[in-house]
Amino acid sequence: MSSNDDEIRKTQEERKKMEQELASLTALTFDTDLYGASDRSSYLTSIPASEDAENLEADNEFSRRLPSYTGPRSIMKEIPSAEIEGDSGLPQSRRIIDREDDYRRRRLNQILSPDRNDPFAAGEKTPDPSVRTYAEIMRDEALKREREETLRAISKKKKEEEENAKAAPEKSQSQSQQLNQNQKRRNRWDQSQDEGGAKKAKTSDWDAPELTTPGRWDATPTPGRRDIEERNRPLTDEELDAMFPQEGYKVLDPPASYVPIRTPARKLLATPTPLGTPLYQIPEENRGQQYDVPKEAPGGLPFMKPEDYQYFGALLNEENEEELSPDEQKERKIMKLLLKVKNGTPPQRKTALRQLTDKAREFGAGPLFNRILPLLMQPTLEDQERHLLVKVIDRVLYKLDELVRPYVHKILVVIEPLLIDEDYYARVEGREIISNLSKAAGLATMIAAMRPDIDNIDEYVRNTTARAFSVVASALGIPALLPFLKAVCQSKKSWQARHTGIKIVQQIAILIGCAVLPHLRSLVEIIEHGLNDENQKVRTITALSLAALAEAAAPYGIESFDSVLKPLWKGIRQHRGKVLAAFLKAIGFIIPLMEALYASYYTKEVMLILIREFQSPDEEMKKIVLKVVKQCVSTEGVEAEYIRTDILPEFFRNFWVRRMALDRRNYKQLVETTVEIANKVGVADIVGRIVEDLKDESEPYRRMVMETIEKVVTNLGSSDIDARLEELLIDGILYAFQEQTSDDANVMLNGFGAVVNSLGQRVKPYLPQICGTIKWRLNNKSAKVRQQAADLISRIAVVMKQCHEEQLMGHLGVVLYEYLGEEYPEVLGSILGALKSIVNVIGMTKMTPPIKDLLPRLTPILKNRHEKVQENCIDLVGRIADRGAEFVPAREWMRICFELLEMLKAHKKGIRRATVNTFGYIAKAIGPQDVLATLLNNLKVQERQNRVCTTVAIAIVAETCSPFTVLPALMNEYRVPELNVQNGVLKSLSFLFEYIGEMGKDYIYAVTPLLEDALMDRDLVHRQTAASAVKHMALGVAGLGCEDALVHLLNYVWPNIFETSPHVINAVMEAIEGMRVALGSAVVLNYCLQGLFHPARKVREVYWKIYNSLYIGAQDALVAAYPSLEDEHNNVYSRSELMMFI
Amino acid sequence: MQASDRFNINSQLEHLQAKYVGTGHADMNRFEWAVNIQRDSYASYIGHYPLLSYFAIAENESIGRQRYTFMQCVDI
Repeated sequence: MSSNDDEIRKTQEERKKMEQELASLTALTFDTDLYGASDRSSYLTSIPASEDAENLEADNEFSRRLPSYTGPRSIMKEIPSAEIEGDSGLPQSRRIIDREDDYRRRRLNQILSPDRNDPFAAGEKTPDPSVRTYAEIMRDEALKREREETLRAISKKKKEEEENAKAAPEKSQSQSQQLNQNQKRRNRWDQSQDEGGAKKAKTSDWDAPELTTPGRWDATPTPGRRDIEERNRPLTDEELDAMFPQEGYKVLDPPASYVPIRTPARKLLATPTPLGTPLYQIPEENRGQQYDVPKEAPGGLPFMKPEDYQYFGALLNEENEEELSPDEQKERKIMKLLLKVKNGTPPQRKTALRQLTDKAREFGAGPLFNRILPLLMQPTLEDQERHLLVKVIDRVLYKLDELVRPYVHKILVVIEPLLIDEDYYARVEGREIISNLSKAAGLATMIAAMRPDIDNIDEYVRNTTARAFSVVASALGIPALLPFLKAVCQSKKSWQARHTGIKIVQQIAILIGCAVLPHLRSLVEIIEHGLNDENQKVRTITALSLAALAEAAAPYGIESFDSVLKPLWKGIRQHRGKVLAAFLKAIGFIIPLMEALYASYYTKEVMLILIREFQSPDEEMKKIVLKVVKQCVSTEGVEAEYIRTDILPEFFRNFWVRRMALDRRNYKQLVETTVEIANKVGVADIVGRIVEDLKDESEPYRRMVMETIEKVVTNLGSSDIDARLEELLIDGILYAFQEQTSDDANVMLNGFGAVVNSLGQRVKPYLPQICGTIKWRLNNKSAKVRQQAADLISRIAVVMKQCHEEQLMGHLGVVLYEYLGEEYPEVLGSILGALKSIVNVIGMTKMTPPIKDLLPRLTPILKNRHEKVQENCIDLVGRIADRGAEFVPAREWMRICFELLEMLKAHKKGIRRATVNTFGYIAKAIGPQDVLATLLNNLKVQERQNRVCTTVAIAIVAETCSPFTVLPALMNEYRVPELNVQNGVLKSLSFLFEYIGEMGKDYIYAVTPLLEDALMDRDLVHRQTAASAVKHMALGVAGLGCEDALVHLLNYVWPNIFETSPHVINAVMEAIEGMRVALGSAVVLNYCLQGLFHPARKVREVYWKIYNSLYIGAQDALVAAYPSLEDEHNNVYSRSELMMFI
Repeated sequence: MQASDRFNINSQLEHLQAKYVGTGHADMNRFEWAVNIQRDSYASYIGHYPLLSYFAIAENESIGRQRYTFMQCVDI
């Protein structure tokens, strides 16, 4: 331990020394006499490397003490944690906040807005003064904007004055006098400004200094409600001086490391929520106070984490249920249910969710959302918890419908951040909620709720609002939203509104894709003016929106873009930088929509600009230029000669550099563009230019070259490649293959395989060299190298056969056979794969080593637990069973069968499938009896996965060896009086008939008695499985003359239509559907007619359900089958046309 | 889980009826059902050319006229 401490101290000292040396370069150097000396010893000497450590210190002082004690961090860091993935960090890394970047963390700056008025519910009454109406909200937002503007104007003026003051000294006396006067004048209102500045230094930015705030804006009609900002605004020095006596105390400085908490959501103590009264209250005894012992909630509720105390603290108070008022009782109930959902075990969660849904209307929207939404604002929320809470909102929304209207904005504040989450499923969830919310609340409420956020001062809010609007548009239809969008996009007052409006159009296009086509013209019309807007950002977003619209509408819709073509083309000549990039992107997407003639004309115009921009250092520009080049090159009118002379030299010079290979998106784009160019220009030009780089020093670059060559050669073949190029190419790929260090995506392997396969016979002279390399590498001490060598064999096996190198392959087979004792499972898997490819190609008879030696060697390998080994082994064994079964004695196959039963439990689906197929082959080889006996025995086993796979295997055996070999034994199993066995048999039958299809027509009469028995059984599951068996049978034998048996079975199925359990009723409905297909809709209609107008509602409902599915399935066929209805006195129901007879 | 499934099933059924004209429900009366039958019948006659021509011959009308007549009946 002491040596550790010594080492630690030594390294710290060394580091300090180094830091001092580098101080002039790295540290902040400023003149201390100008800016005031500060004590540097109060600075931290080291900053924690990881984000969660930092958060931990900032926020959860208490929670750090409570979890298990670990060693000091310095020691912990020394322990190598190669395998373990951050054990102390595991619970923390599940928190959403840990994986968010700074921009996404801004969601915590939002507060849940106060209640809003619901004009639909209130009707004609004047709204309650305590709720905010739309007008008030708009006024408040306008106020905020004015404040922002004034703040910005002040800071700008201040900066200007500083610059002027610096430039002032050399002026003459009179000028200085004037300046003094000016300064004096400035000072006069500078004073308030300095005050503001001083205040700004002490307080956070968004506190407004006391300006000449017009009184009329402050006169809000609701006196009781104030912004949190005003309430929490710190008192200024002058106010404090006025309050306190002049002497008798000393003003202390806060410690140097003190940073006041800015975001309201981060405060651990109960913040005064907008719902509570702003006046001070005597605090109650709060059992949620942090003691060291974690509090247990009474009554079997799940464990409460410390961060939950703030929300669920009231549950810890052991109060009597009857003493609480009904409202409080409701609150407690909701809290309990929410805690169970959030922290409970899955069964608890399930019941709690169900109760919340069932009683949603009873609880009411207010209490529910006032509990759920603050939970979602919790900064320490985890992924799973958020998902569950969002699920609760979804279910509750569904029940509450229009009652959610006053809470729309609050829900949006909480859900909008999900729209920009990194996780795909979080985004999908967010979209679903907003879509359901729009359907529940209606368009008017959604617009009213989101309109004030469109020109909000916070860019985060505008961004998420734009995305939310696009979801609303896709849910309620674009035509409904179009007038509003038009007004927003053409707003004269604020550029932010225009910007957001146009962004909404962009997001709509991205979201709904080609469904934008019917509205394309209107959408383009409302945004086209943005291309000439005075604000640069608006121009940029307009171009990006046009790009999104064109991408969504491809390949249609060019007529709608007619009006923007000219501004776009003028624009690319005028603009530079980001705007130019956006314009180019729009052009890039519009050109593919055009006809060939126009496309070639426009391409030539834009190509000049593009070639100029090849040299741009900006990453975004590079990506866009590459994409546009790709799009231009693929249009019809562009000639290969033009590309070769004008584009290729510059293109290769600027883009085919090592830097491009390092960024993933650039890499991908560059490869795609080059492949597209090659499609026009030919293989030789492209490959000729990059083949030398296969020997480049940088591995990512080599990989990029290899991938490009692979794609190009796969697309176009290698007939362009002459002898010299061929030599260079093979040399290059061999070098690149040998020099690779890591090939996770198999790029090198694929490239090698593609080139060799496309060259075909031409690769024959190089094969000995390649095989020599492979054999050498199979011997290498690194496992990776061996694995790659084995993989390569599987890629080139087919070509070797084409070149008639069977001897070489046989030799490789023997070599591989020797390596079957390999320890590393990955390598073993690859070796087995290579053997399989050789066996496939050589054939069973000519294989070396001979099959009768190879297969017994493989049988023990089946026991290996590694997935790759299992899969490849079972594939190889299956191959041999399929083609070369006669080389192996039957006993060996039986042994293998027993092994295969184990493999039915594999986790990977591919292995299970391969196993099942192999059963089929073996059954064909040695006859089905023994195999079937094994499988039927397996059916009695308890594990579900085994039984399901056994079912499949039985069906496959039936298919390969004809059902008559299987059915008697299978049906005999049904006689066993055990429920599971009988169900297993029924499931087998169901899958069997599904699998064999029309082969079943000969067997349907045989199994009918068994199915009768099952359909009359007391047990639900029997009837359900039998119904699904009936369905598959009916679908299989439709039209083959078995209608009598099917009608008989339908008579047994029919009484089950009154079952209520979902699985059973589904199976019965499907069986009836199958009967419709097999027997015709008229027969089923006759069954239905009995109950359609039955006096009992329960009966009617069921029969109408059947009728509806019958109708949807066979509407036209029913016309012939409807009953002839009698006429009423003034209604003619008879269909007289059908009585006509010629 | 089952309750909400049932919920979804019911809502899906409603949705279904909104999508497919001609499906029914427990409270449908004879008249509505008969209207559906009539509409379907006429649509079927229009759609199947052999049937249409048969009726045209029987009524001694041109095929186009017969089609027009049936279409008027569908709309009513």
